[in-house]
Amino acid sequence: MIGLAHYLLLAGVLFSVAVAGIFINRKNVILLLMCIELMLLAVNFNFVAFSRFLGILDGQVFVFFILTVAAAEAAIGLAILVVLFRRRRSINVEELDAMKG
Amino acid sequence: MDFAAVCLAVVLAPLAAAAVAGLGGRLVGRAAAHTLCIAGVAVSFAGSAWALAQLLGGAPVFNENVYSWGVSDGLSMSVGFQVDELSALMMTVVTFVSLAVHVYTIGYMRDDPGYTRFFAYISLFTFAMLMLVMSNNFLQLFFGWEGVGLVSYLLIGFWYRRPTAIFANYKAFIVNRIGDFAFIVAIAIIVAYMGSLDYAEVFARIPRAIGHDLFLTPGEPSKVITVICVGLFIGAMGKSAQVPLHVWLPDSMEGPTPISALIHAATMVTAGIFMVARCSPLFEMSPDALHFIVVIGATTALFMGLLGLVNNDIKRVVAYSTLSQLGYMTAALGAGAYGAGIFHLMTHAFFKALLFLAAGSVIIGMHHEQDMRRMGGLRKYMPVTYVTCVIGSLALIGFPGMSGFFSKDIIIESLKESSVEGSGYAYWCALIGVFVTALYSFRLVFMTFHGRERMDEHTREHLHESPWVVTLPLVALAIPSIAIGWITAGPVVFGDFFGGAIAQSPEGPIARLAGEFHGPAAFVRHAFGGPAVWLALAGVVTAWYLYLRRPELPARIAAQFPRLYRLLVNKYYFDWFNENVVATGVRNFGAGLWRRGDETVIDGWLVNGSARVVGALAAALRYVQSGYLYHYAFAMIIGLSLLLGWLLWQT
Repeated sequence: MIGLAHYLLLAGVLFSVAVAGIFINRKNVILLLMCIELMLLAVNFNFVAFSRFLGILDGQVFVFFILTVAAAEAAIGLAILVVLFRRRRSINVEELDAMKG
Repeated sequence: MDFAAVCLAVVLAPLAAAAVAGLGGRLVGRAAAHTLCIAGVAVSFAGSAWALAQLLGGAPVFNENVYSWGVSDGLSMSVGFQVDELSALMMTVVTFVSLAVHVYTIGYMRDDPGYTRFFAYISLFTFAMLMLVMSNNFLQLFFGWEGVGLVSYLLIGFWYRRPTAIFANYKAFIVNRIGDFAFIVAIAIIVAYMGSLDYAEVFARIPRAIGHDLFLTPGEPSKVITVICVGLFIGAMGKSAQVPLHVWLPDSMEGPTPISALIHAATMVTAGIFMVARCSPLFEMSPDALHFIVVIGATTALFMGLLGLVNNDIKRVVAYSTLSQLGYMTAALGAGAYGAGIFHLMTHAFFKALLFLAAGSVIIGMHHEQDMRRMGGLRKYMPVTYVTCVIGSLALIGFPGMSGFFSKDIIIESLKESSVEGSGYAYWCALIGVFVTALYSFRLVFMTFHGRERMDEHTREHLHESPWVVTLPLVALAIPSIAIGWITAGPVVFGDFFGGAIAQSPEGPIARLAGEFHGPAAFVRHAFGGPAVWLALAGVVTAWYLYLRRPELPARIAAQFPRLYRLLVNKYYFDWFNENVVATGVRNFGAGLWRRGDETVIDGWLVNGSARVVGALAAALRYVQSGYLYHYAFAMIIGLSLLLGWLLWQT
């Protein structure tokens, strides 16, 4: 029998994979964006699982909002990525260290 | 005349003269500078003589504060004068010798570019010395004490281009600091226990200090009164050049001769003797301190005299003789015969100033040659100097009837009569000292004025008697050197001249001797029954035999006892010890503090260390701010996990 715990475990694993992807990945900014999407999906899994478990629909409503925002975010992220590539001729994460003082 | 006004005039006249000559020497010129300074000191001398006459005429002791300098917690610090018989005597002696030296300086320093500066210094010295002797409190005493020390420093280094003079004045200053440290500590203890700086009040409150103990070393109590007395006396040891703080005095001969006469023979070095006599009510209360004083004094008297035997520098021989005579005075003080000590101080001031000025006259004649081995036969070239020098030497060795005879014989008799512990040792030191004194004094006379003429041709051609400004002070000092003992021995030592100024115990040696004293003439006759006179004569005869009859003998004797001779020539290795052990030790200690304490701990650890810690911390923190997004994200996640974990842990 597949219960709540399994869903939560799956969501946790997905989230962890995403986090690991952000840390370990040293090459590609696109991969970072994908990992963020993956994190959002992991959160969505939790929402849906709890919604079903508790019998309250609010969680599934939230999932719709998140999906919408995630789509918008992906669009903006890719746009920024394009501008970044135009300016620096590179999307290598190793070279993006302009955030230090 | 008003007593207070006279006191102020006595003190301020030399100060004003010193200020004009020192600050405006170039404006007023040489003649005006020396006229002014001599006039200032003459005013002082007249005032001092007047004060002494008043006191002898039965006037009451003058003791008044003229200016209140400050009051702090009930302790008043003021400038005041106490003119009793003791200070009046000192004032008169100081100003008389100072006057003679001022006149002499015109001749001695004639060609010196520092002429006006020199006059300013010696007048300033007279001021400081008068402040010292006329003071009615310990603070002003200390002011005068330091004042004479300062002028002594300035004058020893008067020829400041000579490295030896600079070395000597440093030495004098530093050695005196050691004594002054103990001195000021003693004054502090006096303030702590008596609550006053004023002599009269302090002496009235002596019972407050009796019965109290101080723990200088854990577990060993010392009586407060003894600590005070020993502290004061260590101050006196520095100023009056007693063993082992005597080392500066022979070196101070680097200064011009007039100041050797004024400061390092007649006046400043006697400040310690004066101070002990002034504080006699304190010292009478502490037999331990007296024991210490008598031993130090007797040791100085004998062993410093021995050094005079091997020196060839005419001034240094006189300097060692001064040390030895100061030892006699100190021994007299230690035996409780304060009057005898002060009496010897007075007679010594005259004949020792005379001897120094005579030596200076010889040095002028010899074109600044001071080595006695290159003199000889000066008798016929410088008759006045010769005669006065012989008078001075006779007074010094205690030839019957001369001033030094009375004072020295009384000291020796007092040591014999004294019941202070150690006075037996002191008596023998003093007796042998008489022989030694006669030997080195007449060695000086014979080597300088008699015998073969050992100077070179050029010097011999220019030999002549010194000008009148030099010989006049010699004659002026020779007269009291002969006569002062006859007049003053009775009243000053055995009479009630000092009144209440000196506290001599009625069981002391002076009181015992007073019964046997029947006028100076009887005293002279009586002395031939004692050993001192014969020892002095034996010394003269020995000197005659060794230095005139068989001049090759001294070198043979020196070769016979090489160890003893080396010990004497090296001044008992005091200088060696001071330079190699004390000075090196202090320098190493200082270097250690500088390298380890300052450079390593303070600079290395505290200052640079804290800067390095901040730097290292910053360098470590710099790695955290990498600019990589994933590092920041990682930190956020870790932080979040920790916070959440902590939250879970809490619940």
